[in-house]
Amino acid sequence: MLSRVADSLYWMSRYLERAEHTARVVAVNLNLSLDRMGPDGQSHRGRLSGSLPAPPLEGLTHSFALDDPSPDLANRAAIAACLTAARENARQVREQVTSEMWEQLNRLYIEVRDAPAENWTTQTHEALTSIMEGVHLFQGVTDATMAHGEGWHYIRAGRFLERAGNTASMLTAHFEEFLGRSDQPIALDEFVEWVGILKSACAFESYCRYYTADLRATRVAEFLILNADFPRSIRFAAGQVEGALKAIARHTGRSGGRAERLAGRFRASLDFAQVDELMSGGLRERLRDIVRQCADVHAAMHETYITYPIAASLAS
Amino acid sequence: MPLAPEAGRPLPITAPPFSEYRLDEAYDEMFDEAGSPRPPYATIVDRLRRVPMAALEARQAAADRAFLNLGITFTVYGNDAGTEKIFPYDLLPRLVTGREWATIERGLTQRLVALNLFLKDLYHEGRILADRVVPRDMVYSCRHFRREMVGVFTPRSMYISVAGMDLVRLPDGQFAVLEDNLRVPSGVSYMLTNRQVIKRVFPELFSSYNVRPIDHYGQALLATLRALAPQDRPDPTIVLLTPGVYNSAYFEHTFLARQMGIELVEGRDLFVHQNTVYMRTTGGPRRVDVIYRRVDDDFIDPLTFRSDSRLGVPGLFNAYRAGNVAITNALGTGVADDKALYSYVPAIIRYYLSEDPVLPNIETYVLAREADRAYVLDHLDQLVVKAVGESGGYGMLIGPHSTAAERERFRAQILADPRNYIAQPTLALSRAPCFVDGRVEPRHVDLRPYVLYGDRVTIVPGGLTRVALRRGSLVVNSSQGGGSKDTWVLE
Repeated sequence: MLSRVADSLYWMSRYLERAEHTARVVAVNLNLSLDRMGPDGQSHRGRLSGSLPAPPLEGLTHSFALDDPSPDLANRAAIAACLTAARENARQVREQVTSEMWEQLNRLYIEVRDAPAENWTTQTHEALTSIMEGVHLFQGVTDATMAHGEGWHYIRAGRFLERAGNTASMLTAHFEEFLGRSDQPIALDEFVEWVGILKSACAFESYCRYYTADLRATRVAEFLILNADFPRSIRFAAGQVEGALKAIARHTGRSGGRAERLAGRFRASLDFAQVDELMSGGLRERLRDIVRQCADVHAAMHETYITYPIAASLAS
Repeated sequence: MPLAPEAGRPLPITAPPFSEYRLDEAYDEMFDEAGSPRPPYATIVDRLRRVPMAALEARQAAADRAFLNLGITFTVYGNDAGTEKIFPYDLLPRLVTGREWATIERGLTQRLVALNLFLKDLYHEGRILADRVVPRDMVYSCRHFRREMVGVFTPRSMYISVAGMDLVRLPDGQFAVLEDNLRVPSGVSYMLTNRQVIKRVFPELFSSYNVRPIDHYGQALLATLRALAPQDRPDPTIVLLTPGVYNSAYFEHTFLARQMGIELVEGRDLFVHQNTVYMRTTGGPRRVDVIYRRVDDDFIDPLTFRSDSRLGVPGLFNAYRAGNVAITNALGTGVADDKALYSYVPAIIRYYLSEDPVLPNIETYVLAREADRAYVLDHLDQLVVKAVGESGGYGMLIGPHSTAAERERFRAQILADPRNYIAQPTLALSRAPCFVDGRVEPRHVDLRPYVLYGDRVTIVPGGLTRVALRRGSLVVNSSQGGGSKDTWVLE
């Protein structure tokens, strides 16, 4: 497979995951702000902004106005920029994705592009929901119609690397404040916000099934970082990334490379971690380490398959 | 807005859908001079009279939808950067009889063989120049003559492997060659998808005719490309080089790559190491043996040609000269489809093959010649003037449809650079029935068959019939509001 094609598939997938994550965080915030606008609304919004990944366009920022509960147009622009970037990547490799995938992505892009701006303020919830559904549908269509060959594994790697990074930054932004009170049941006025954290990762219902609705910071951390089965936990994502990179190594006949080893270490470090160690040993450091490992895996993958130096590879 | 009734003679059949059908001096593909259907079209005429128009409209809608879903679009230059449009498609097929096709096939084969010999001669000994059959200054002043190609040996001495020659049918019913298109002709994907779509929307009509198949074009092209591979590469890697997603024919590039099962690459995917071309794959560099390039000469190698090109591959030309990679069409083929040198093609055919041309040329005034120039400047309102360096219907003056101001502008341009212009009589291109606004009306058409030349010349029986969809318009180019229809070559 051409390196450029692999790169485009990977970024297409990353940007879609980013669009979906952004849409969900904004939607959850909208719900929360309806529930309570307490005196610490400011810091709450700061945490939200901190948990969003950067949009793929310079000059765009996220913004959460204090007095206006409806999400600012900047968030819409950020989501639209992600979708545009995803579509552009898909367009560059139009012959490599299935027609079903292309049509779904194109439809989603056109829907967001052509929606009048006032929809965003009057029907924000519907607008955000349809973006999330659109991305979910695309991911489903991808798994159902594309051959699970090398190209598909780049898509998978992109989706889960992005997801691991997003979950880690979201947790970083929220846990700053609540550390130190980790094992107490959560006070009522904070309850809503913790529900928000879980919902930002689609995790509230699954959490309740594991631990009941008794919310504790330690359990939230355990669930979102270390749960083996929940598809939005960091550990799950790390497993998927490793699986994808192993498959890519097999397809290209380059087993045992740096990218594969880094992904394996990343996954193993989460497989064998204990939540009390995480909480006592500096959760902030650990989360930062996770974000760094994601970046390392990304860089190694690029160096191995996409931007490898020519002279070295021809000499061997 | 109701259209003014068209000038010309009505048909004997005045019932719908033919109530607006008029005959004029142009050859009509469906009706003879007396207005009765030509034999091959009898079935279609009969069917059109019986089928309610609403049913036809439904089929047209089905066809349009099919194109939309297939994503068959092209990019129009000049307005908003990269606007994607659907290529308008007309439902009614254009028929070519087996006998007519035999002549076309013979004529195009002869022409391509001769032009290929011409290029080989031009870039090596230059006998035809020494014998003064083609004037030297005509060749050397051509923008597409590549000095860099002089003395370069191309694989199998092949220069043109893919040509898309434009034919028009004159009022006497004879086909003539209007343009040769020997650089990177496009449109073959429309020929192939038109056929797919018409089989879907008109299955019973299609099966009532004995239409020769064209679906093997991809295979034929692949065989042609494989024939060019370097001798010591038994299992060659063949790629299609595209300028990228912003090119107007990008859809076609992806389509052809899929049809042939070869890799679609951009310049940035390739690199040259020790005069060998590689592509950068996830499994490491892989050697490339044959490049079917859809990038113009100018942009293909920034070290040899335009240094500001980012579409090309640095060092590609040296690898080509070293014989380590085949590129087709070869560089510098544009000199043979120069609109001024076009007028020498009959002489070229006689010179190399000692045969008379099977298909005639259109009478052409070369404005670099003084006598021609004087005549043309006096008759600008009757002639079509074309800039030799332009294609796609850009840079053209259609005398009878022009304003005095446009003619003055062209006069000044011609006087400033006569070598850059030619003139031809305003041709009454033949007209074929088209489905327009719920009626059947005639529109001007041309025909572009695709000619392949590897081991031997192969022409799939068919071509792209382009239609000037605006009433009275003579310009069939897609960039100028043209459309297309399927072409059925009958057994």
